[in-house]
Amino acid sequence: MGEDYSIQASGLTRSYGGRLAANNISLVVKPGEVLGLLGVNGAGKSTTMDMLAGIQIPDKGDVSISGYSLTKQPRQARRRLGYLPEQPPVYPELTVNEYLGYCARLRRIKAKKVAPAVEYVKQRCGLVDVGQRLIRNLSKGYQQRVGIAQAIIHEPDIIILDEPTVGLDPVQIIEIRKLIRELGQSHSVILSTHILPEVLSICDHVTILRQGKVVHNAPISSFSKNESLEQLFIKLTCNDEEVLTS
Amino acid sequence: MINTIAGRELRSIFVSPLAWTTLAILQFLFAYLLFSRIELFMQYLPRLRTMDAAPGITEIVAMGLFSIAGLVLLVITPLFCSRALAEERRSGTLKLTLSSPVSLTDIVLGKFIGLLSFFLIIIFLLACMAFSLALGGPIDFLQILGGTLGLVLLTSACIAIGLFMSSLTNQPTVAAISTFASLFFLWIIKWDDENVLGITTYLSIQEHFSSILSGRLASVDVIFFILVSFFFLSLTIWRLDLERN
Repeated sequence: MGEDYSIQASGLTRSYGGRLAANNISLVVKPGEVLGLLGVNGAGKSTTMDMLAGIQIPDKGDVSISGYSLTKQPRQARRRLGYLPEQPPVYPELTVNEYLGYCARLRRIKAKKVAPAVEYVKQRCGLVDVGQRLIRNLSKGYQQRVGIAQAIIHEPDIIILDEPTVGLDPVQIIEIRKLIRELGQSHSVILSTHILPEVLSICDHVTILRQGKVVHNAPISSFSKNESLEQLFIKLTCNDEEVLTS
Repeated sequence: MINTIAGRELRSIFVSPLAWTTLAILQFLFAYLLFSRIELFMQYLPRLRTMDAAPGITEIVAMGLFSIAGLVLLVITPLFCSRALAEERRSGTLKLTLSSPVSLTDIVLGKFIGLLSFFLIIIFLLACMAFSLALGGPIDFLQILGGTLGLVLLTSACIAIGLFMSSLTNQPTVAAISTFASLFFLWIIKWDDENVLGITTYLSIQEHFSSILSGRLASVDVIFFILVSFFFLSLTIWRLDLERN
C-alpha cells in the first residue's frame, strides 16, 4: 500500500464500567522502528496492546496496520500483525512443531509453505533442538521463545510484545532482549514494559502512559544527560513526593 | 480455517488421558449393557413369539442401548465442552485465535466440529455394536440408522449448549456444571399436565430423542435438535463478539 507507517493508532478510547482504561491514545510506528510503551502497572498498557492487536475493539478511534483498518478490514490487517500477550498463548499439550504448524495455518500461510515457515522461525528463535518436545516440558524462557515464534511466523509488518521478559531469569532476559533487537532490524516492534533499562537497550522511541493517557512521546535519542529516562518516568507517573525526592 | 481449528481441538482432546479413559470406559459400559439387553431379550423370547406385533431385537436391544447411551452422552459432553473456550480464556490462548485473521464464526464452528468428531467416534462404535446384532438374527437397519442419527443430533445440541456455557466463564468447572444442569433440565422439563404447560413437551430433549428412537423419524424432532444447535452456536458467537466490543 506504500504507507510510511507499520501501525497507526488514532484516538483509542476504551472504558470498563465507567472507568477509562485508555483515553485518546494515538501512536505511530514506522517500518523498522521499535517503540517502547512504558507505564506503571494499571496504566492501561495491556488494554492498549489488546486494542492494537484487535482483541478488543476500541469504543472510539481506530487502528490501521500497513494501511488496513482493524475494524473495517480485520482479516487483511490481522495478517500483517503478530501478537505476544503477557502470558504466552501456547497449548502445553502440543509439541513445538505441532503448535507452530497450527499457528502458521491459523495465519493463513499456504499449506506448502507451512513446514519451511516453521523451520525458519525455529532457527530464528533458537528452537531447533526442542521441536519434538511438548511445550509443557519447556522452561519459561523457551515457552516465551515459542510465544515470540508464533508472533513472527507469518512475517508480519508489526510485532506487538506485551511484557516479554516478565518472570524470566537474568540469562533468559538477556537472550530474549537480543532476539527482540534482531527482530527490530527487520520488523516494526511495539514493546510494552515497565523495566526502564529494557527500553534504553532495545527501543528507538518511547511512549509513556499514565492512567490510560499518553503523557510523553519522544525518540530515545532525546533523553539528555540532564534528565534520564528514569527521572522523567518517575516524574510523569508517580504522585508520591517521597519517591520523587529520593 | 474451520478444519484447522477443528483439527487442533481434536488433537488436544486426544493427547489428554481423559479422552482415552472415556473411550475405554464407555466401550466397557456399552458392551456390558448390550449383553445384558441381549440376555433380557432371550429371556422374553418365548413370550414375545406368542404376541402379535411384538417388539423385535432392534427395539429391545439396540434402541434400549441407544436410549441409555443418550443419557450417558448428556453426562459426558459437559466434561469435554467446558474446556473449549473457558480453558482457552484462562490460559490466554484465546488471544492467539482472536488476533489471527479468522472470524468468530470460524472459531466457534471449528471447536464445534472438533468436539463433534470426537463424539462421532463413540457413536460410530455404538452403531457397530447395534449392527453386530445382525449376526444373531434379522434387524431393522433403518431404525438403527435413525437411532444413530438421533444420537448425533442429541450430541450436537449438547455440544452447542456446552460451548455457549464455556464462552461465559474462564472456569471450566463452572462451565461443566452449568452445561450439565441445563441439559438435565431440558431432559426432565416435560410437565405431565399438558393443559398447563404444553410447551414443556416441545422443549424436552428426552421427548424428541425417544421419538426418533421409536422409529418415527419425524421432521419436527430433527428440526428441533438442529434449531437448538444453531441457536446456541449463534449465542456463542454473539458472546465472543460482545467480549471483543
